[in-house]
Amino acid sequence: MTNPNPASGSPDKEPATEAQEARSEARATPTAPAGDTERAVTTTAPKQPPAEGPRPSLGRLFLENLWAANTVTVTVLAVVLAMLVGAVLIIVSDPEVLATYGYITARPADALNASWTVVSEAYANLFKGAVFDPDAVGFTAAMGPISETLTYTAPLVFTGLSVALAFRGGLFNIGAQGQATIGVILAAVAGFALPLPPGVHLLVALIAGALGGALWGFIPGILKARTGAHEVINTIMLNYVAVYFLSWIIVQSGVQNPTRSDAISKPVESSAQLPRLLGDDLRVHAGILLAVLATWFIAWLLNRSTLGFELRAVGANPDAARTAGISVTKTYVLVMVIAGLLAGLGGSNMVLGSTANALTPLVIAQIGFDGILVALLGRVKPWGVLLAALLFGALQAGGNRMQSYSGISLELVTVLQALIVIFIAAPALVKAIFQLRAARAARLQTSLAKGW
Amino acid sequence: MEPGEIHALLGENGAGKSTLMNVLYGLYQPDEGEILVDGRPLRLKGPSDAIAAGIGMVHQHFMLVPVFTVAENVMLGAEQVKVPFAGFLDRRRARREVAEVSERYNLRVDPDAVVEDLPVGIQQRVEIVKALTRDVDLLILDEPTAVLTPQETDELLTVMRSLKAAGKSIVFITHKLGEVKAIADRITVIRRGRTVGTAEPTASRDELAALMVGRNVRLTVDKEPARPGKPVLEVAGLVVDDDRQVRAVDGVDLTVHAGEVLGVAGVQGNGQTELIEAIMGLRPTLAGTISLDGESTHGWSTKKVLRAGVGYVPEDRSVDGLVKEFSVAENLVLDIYDRPPFGKGLSLKPDAIAKSAKERIAQFDVRTSSADAAVGTLSGGNQQKVIVARELSRPLKLLIAAQPTRGVDVGSIEFIHSQVIHERDIGTAVMVVSSELDEVIGLADRIAVMYRGRVIGIVGPDTPREEIGLLMAGITPDTAARTANEGGAAATADEDAAAPAPEGPGNEDEA
Repeated sequence: MTNPNPASGSPDKEPATEAQEARSEARATPTAPAGDTERAVTTTAPKQPPAEGPRPSLGRLFLENLWAANTVTVTVLAVVLAMLVGAVLIIVSDPEVLATYGYITARPADALNASWTVVSEAYANLFKGAVFDPDAVGFTAAMGPISETLTYTAPLVFTGLSVALAFRGGLFNIGAQGQATIGVILAAVAGFALPLPPGVHLLVALIAGALGGALWGFIPGILKARTGAHEVINTIMLNYVAVYFLSWIIVQSGVQNPTRSDAISKPVESSAQLPRLLGDDLRVHAGILLAVLATWFIAWLLNRSTLGFELRAVGANPDAARTAGISVTKTYVLVMVIAGLLAGLGGSNMVLGSTANALTPLVIAQIGFDGILVALLGRVKPWGVLLAALLFGALQAGGNRMQSYSGISLELVTVLQALIVIFIAAPALVKAIFQLRAARAARLQTSLAKGW
Repeated sequence: MEPGEIHALLGENGAGKSTLMNVLYGLYQPDEGEILVDGRPLRLKGPSDAIAAGIGMVHQHFMLVPVFTVAENVMLGAEQVKVPFAGFLDRRRARREVAEVSERYNLRVDPDAVVEDLPVGIQQRVEIVKALTRDVDLLILDEPTAVLTPQETDELLTVMRSLKAAGKSIVFITHKLGEVKAIADRITVIRRGRTVGTAEPTASRDELAALMVGRNVRLTVDKEPARPGKPVLEVAGLVVDDDRQVRAVDGVDLTVHAGEVLGVAGVQGNGQTELIEAIMGLRPTLAGTISLDGESTHGWSTKKVLRAGVGYVPEDRSVDGLVKEFSVAENLVLDIYDRPPFGKGLSLKPDAIAKSAKERIAQFDVRTSSADAAVGTLSGGNQQKVIVARELSRPLKLLIAAQPTRGVDVGSIEFIHSQVIHERDIGTAVMVVSSELDEVIGLADRIAVMYRGRVIGIVGPDTPREEIGLLMAGITPDTAARTANEGGAAATADEDAAAPAPEGPGNEDEA
């Protein structure tokens, strides 16, 4: 190897030359970061010339990056690992298949065949229920799985964004569940109690839901800002308050459905419902459009707005933010209000969309807690959250079909989700298993664990 | 390295000193080359190999468990048990070892003190004791004085001398020239990962600095006499508490005029930090007034103070000055992100931020791979330049710079000092707070000395260092004279006690 720069004998930091070199590289080609990664990857030889001979081809770079430990690769591999572990669980939980393992030494083919059949069938059904069923006939049947997936995705996007935004602001919002609960209550009450024309009614119901969530976010925000009370404790406690408030308010007269004796509220009027996008037979509704819009808005807010700048500065280093004149307390309150607002919208989706049209004690299911997982899986970035919510929505939709066709319980889907998040949260594990090369993205993962 | 030698390793930030020492200590693997100990090549797979080979290291950032006692920290990693396999810790033996080692090398530490309660200088001593109990022959001290006050530095140098007398070899990494000249037997200068020269301690500071940086460096600050204008900052009767609600600033009166540098000298922890924080609106004032251009700043937010034309270089850059995860460009607008042209209303203008970042990186010679690199990846000197660039690139009435060159290499110090003087020359009032007396004397047109929350005296820069040193120790000429009249013996004792302070190793500029 020739060394055009005799001064750079050591692989250590050499601020001056490295800086100049990087600068000239940046000027020479817009793909400098990729080149950088490549250089970092191959820095094993002691005397590393700053500029390598022939520039590697684009395809080679792509392959290099594909197998480097970047965010996308780790995420995909985490999903693969989770499905492998899930396969083992499917086999173990099926007594018939398990029985074939009793005589595996005599007839190993039996065990392997049975395992393959049950696992492949389960995952095929998961896929068919979530994405596309090749046997489906007609538009409605063909679009069914996608429609289901998007229906489950929409609220998770909101709660995921809620947690992610708070996280970027340095706060751990465990309270998306409670904020969504208050949101769903106000949205539903506005939906059946107010006599308003279509359109306006929907808007008012959505705003009511958002305000409810915002209020539930404001409380821990102001407590944190004024008294330093830890937001984790307060949001968890407010979750309980919200859930029991929901149970209580459902059975109050004026709220409870007078024709029913069980705990269910009056139905939301059709004028306050989110319009369905693909006809009445498919459940997908305008909530998913709102979710995409919200993702775009949060992405803009974080990266292109002064508020987002403050929020990220406070999240990364509150002392420096304060010294630079940013009001940390104001930012904390705002972060929690916006986070609550998003979670409230997520809750509203559950009653104004097609999932349900009346309040029940379990109306919002686990969307708040799932939002934490979605946010972490999406690496607390808005578009990442959208993709993660899509994956969770797909697992949910596919899981329903897997349960009814393969007889595998829906809980397996929950286990799969948990496994994916565990593998994501332990990137070192994934990297060790697949022997990934270290890449710059590795720094990102540590930031996930920093909240505590 | 010879036995019983103190070998100083000198170099700029990022020159490769620490990397070299980490290789020696087995933390990094060498790509090429050999390490010879007693003539035999050594392959180190980890710090335990290094300790076995008699190499000990005291890191720049201490590796101590704060809630453990000194004895517990010392035995950590080499725990002795009383009953084999039962796992009872032999605390008594650890305590005895600590006492023995402290005795032998004259390192006073209390084995039962809890580490987090100890001042930084003593914590460092615990690290040294820890290394010595492992029976090392070669001790590596990685920038040991960066966190120490002048007095603590002095004590450390004494400790190093007694270790040397006991036949231990010491590698002393630093970029402070004064300390090197004070203690080293041999000096190796490293620049950009290569040995560029060895020198005797008799070499002049300028020679050493030139070797380090690779060009001639002016260590003294050239400046015209100040032309003070109207008062910009007026502080009267200021009283401020610190975080523990202990009175830190106790009735300070100060005036800074346009076009002059007021240096605030004093041993760290005498209220300087709290004084600045109160001026910046970061800390509530309990009594007294602060006025800027004749206008009282009472109740102003930090943002309002900054907007009024105050530039602030905080004392601790990594905590208060920079957001390490942010890019250089973002850090360059950390306090002006919401003003045109960088932000308008709620929206941020990334193009304007990138453009101005590029200009300022060039103007202030910030060495970074790109404006988008995270600021945490820069060396200390360049991080400080980012802060200075940010604060000086808007029109200022008052610049407050606290420890502007702490942990910064010689080349950057020269640059930062010249920028501060330039700011003064265009008519800004400047307040420089530093615990390095050299820096204060070099920059200031007037020097205010703080002692126990009060300004104990305001003197000119031509005042002899000894006098300023005495002031820093709380002895004003008046009190000294009075005691002298009352009883000669008491006064000499007093002066003897205070004398070591100004003669710290960092203060050898005049030599």
